Amino acid sequence: MTLGHAPLFHEHHALFHEPFASRSGPRRSPTLRRMTLALLALVAGLLAVLAGPTSGPFAVPATAADYAIGGIITAEGEPVTGAIVHVTGPDGFTGDGTSEANGRWTVPVPGPGDYSVELDTGTLPSGSALREGTENPRKVTLGTTSSVNVLFPIGEDTRHTSGFGSQLLQRLASGLNFGLLIALASIGITLIFGTTGLNNFAHGELVTFGAVVTWLVAGQWGVNIFLTMVIALIAGGAFGWVQDSLLWAPLRRRGMRLVPLMIVSIGFALLMRYLIVFFIGPDTKVLNVGLGDPVVLGSVRLTEGTLVSMAISAITLVAVAFFLSRTRLGKATRAVSDNAGLAAASGIDVDRIIRIVWVMAAGLSGLAGVMLGMYTQVSWDMGSQILLLMFAATTLGGIGSAYGALLGSIIIGFVVELSTLIIPADLKYAAALLILIVVMLVRPQGILGTRERIG
Amino acid sequence: MDWISIIYQALGEIISPTTAAYALATIGLGIHFGYTGLLNFGQAAFLLIGAYGYAIATLTFGAPLWAAVLTALLAAVVFALLLGVPTLRLRADYLAIVTIAAAEVMRFVVTTTGLTDITGAANGLSGYKYTFEATNPIPPGTYGFGPWRMNEYDWWVRIVGWGLVALASVVVWLLMRSPWGRVVRGIREDEDAVRSLGKRVFAYKMQALVLGGVMGAVAGIIFILPRAVQPANYGTQLTFFVWTIMLLGGAATIFGPILGSILFWVVLSLTQGLLYGAIEAGWLPFLTTTQAGQIRFIMVGLALMLLVIFRPQGILGNKKELTFSA
Repeated sequence: MTLGHAPLFHEHHALFHEPFASRSGPRRSPTLRRMTLALLALVAGLLAVLAGPTSGPFAVPATAADYAIGGIITAEGEPVTGAIVHVTGPDGFTGDGTSEANGRWTVPVPGPGDYSVELDTGTLPSGSALREGTENPRKVTLGTTSSVNVLFPIGEDTRHTSGFGSQLLQRLASGLNFGLLIALASIGITLIFGTTGLNNFAHGELVTFGAVVTWLVAGQWGVNIFLTMVIALIAGGAFGWVQDSLLWAPLRRRGMRLVPLMIVSIGFALLMRYLIVFFIGPDTKVLNVGLGDPVVLGSVRLTEGTLVSMAISAITLVAVAFFLSRTRLGKATRAVSDNAGLAAASGIDVDRIIRIVWVMAAGLSGLAGVMLGMYTQVSWDMGSQILLLMFAATTLGGIGSAYGALLGSIIIGFVVELSTLIIPADLKYAAALLILIVVMLVRPQGILGTRERIG
Repeated sequence: MDWISIIYQALGEIISPTTAAYALATIGLGIHFGYTGLLNFGQAAFLLIGAYGYAIATLTFGAPLWAAVLTALLAAVVFALLLGVPTLRLRADYLAIVTIAAAEVMRFVVTTTGLTDITGAANGLSGYKYTFEATNPIPPGTYGFGPWRMNEYDWWVRIVGWGLVALASVVVWLLMRSPWGRVVRGIREDEDAVRSLGKRVFAYKMQALVLGGVMGAVAGIIFILPRAVQPANYGTQLTFFVWTIMLLGGAATIFGPILGSILFWVVLSLTQGLLYGAIEAGWLPFLTTTQAGQIRFIMVGLALMLLVIFRPQGILGNKKELTFSA
């Protein structure tokens, strides 16, 4: 047996070290087994975490999505989230679709035929109504094409109207909320980059993880939303700890270079994202945490949830700033970020600091996931949708700088929300990404970044 | 379980136009990353530009085949120039973020409802195949045997697609043996050393970006000939698939992209077929077909990680040739 295994083992041994282990320590083959085990354990752990609740009512219905009826619901150019559409068809088929964060809803149907599509006007946000004279329910025929689009024009409820000034204030408020929650997640990106040099493409999934925890804990088990925030923070931090100890720390010890490390994070992001959709299903989960009462501040209408989210984000960000600037550990973190070699020489345990950074980054991202879930509902790809916005925020502020990430995030939040006053709402993320590209052109080190970082 | 049809389906992928399109896109990415060391994470944008350039020229302007192809290629050149000017002087991982962002911007633009008349928004485009169909010299009928039995259009798409893959491979082989190839490989290894020899590194990088991008655009055209243009196809996962294929076959190799693409699609088709078959037979009662479809992405993510960690030079690559330089 032992002899039989030997050649295979040697082969791995050779492959394992060759490409980017130039600076790695002693060449020990057990590392290989440890890493494979670590990867498997990570996947198994995720399965265990997610498997519990999914066997029951949340399993995806076994409809092949070859034929579908769908559409986009927008009101005043803004996508409408959480509107429900009922579809009935031949052979007693019924199906419901809920519009996602981008306003899109889809109902998979069994095949061609005549269907009736009805928008549940009770699920529209307050202040909007179906435009007068629109047929509802509507008859549609699925013939030669596999999908058909049904549009429901939504107009503003005529009971109140708003001018440009109040719309601007409204957008500024939304932008601040969005910017603060992006900042929560972006500080993690920038701290990880600062201390390890990794551009973590799997950071969006940390946010999704927090949102999924929220959906489970607050949405399904009915736990109080503030307690849920604490749980998401702790669960996210634990996830960060597990991730770093099983995946990133072993790779660092091998001396893996930054580019392959970045590609590993891309693979990990794909893996995570599809594990999540595997267990929670591709439909958007409506999250009702009970903070939906409107709050009117002058001409700005917000919900309680938005105000709570902004307050908690702001308090957390102040706490992070205090940690980084006033505590020993925070100062050590900044020292590692500035110059890891020098920090190590002055007696700082660099590996321990990096572990703390991962736990903190993942915890804050988990908390951002709670806020994002309250802001846009919960879907499996919500984190990856804002990943590039987070990169834009950190780049704009100056990558590696925690305060820069905060500043960049607020600007990106404003850009995303204010851009909808001028351009169609479905291009608002594109506007933020264009800013990223322009920043690269004129000031690649960002607002608060230092020149040396851009190499 | 219908073993024959599952195996036929998988074997059919060997010569499918999708496999050819991915091989071509990977050859282009190989020029970017494998030979020149550019971290292009926006290859999906070049496929998008090829597809939309070709389809819009045909549908909106009624362009003949040659003009539609030329439009797609010119659009790819312009996009490569626009992308390269701000980014090629930056550090490698910054290029990655900017290219992926630019690709997403392109996808948002073709999906926006404001451009429905031109791009079809979320529904995409169809009905642009007639100019290509008209060039088909094969008389109508069904040809071939076993898993490779199909009508004259499907054969014509495959012949043209794989012909272009062969052509691109020869071009890359010739280029990389030329002085130009030696310079770009030098840039990959040590940019400053090449600069000290008086070479204009920026110009060479730009040429590589344009060349690989044009190949991506051609891949985009091949990709839409057997199907419709769907904007959702051009998300970041397309780029990640191409990267996985490149790292699977071997980044700086001639046959790597072809082998990688064939293996990738045959394995995906096989696992998909086996999972669907097992679900229909009732062997996997805890799994739905939707979930089975998601398993392929989980596999790709895992494969990408394991490849980079354990065998970054891929199947055909030379360990000394491929070292990540940053």
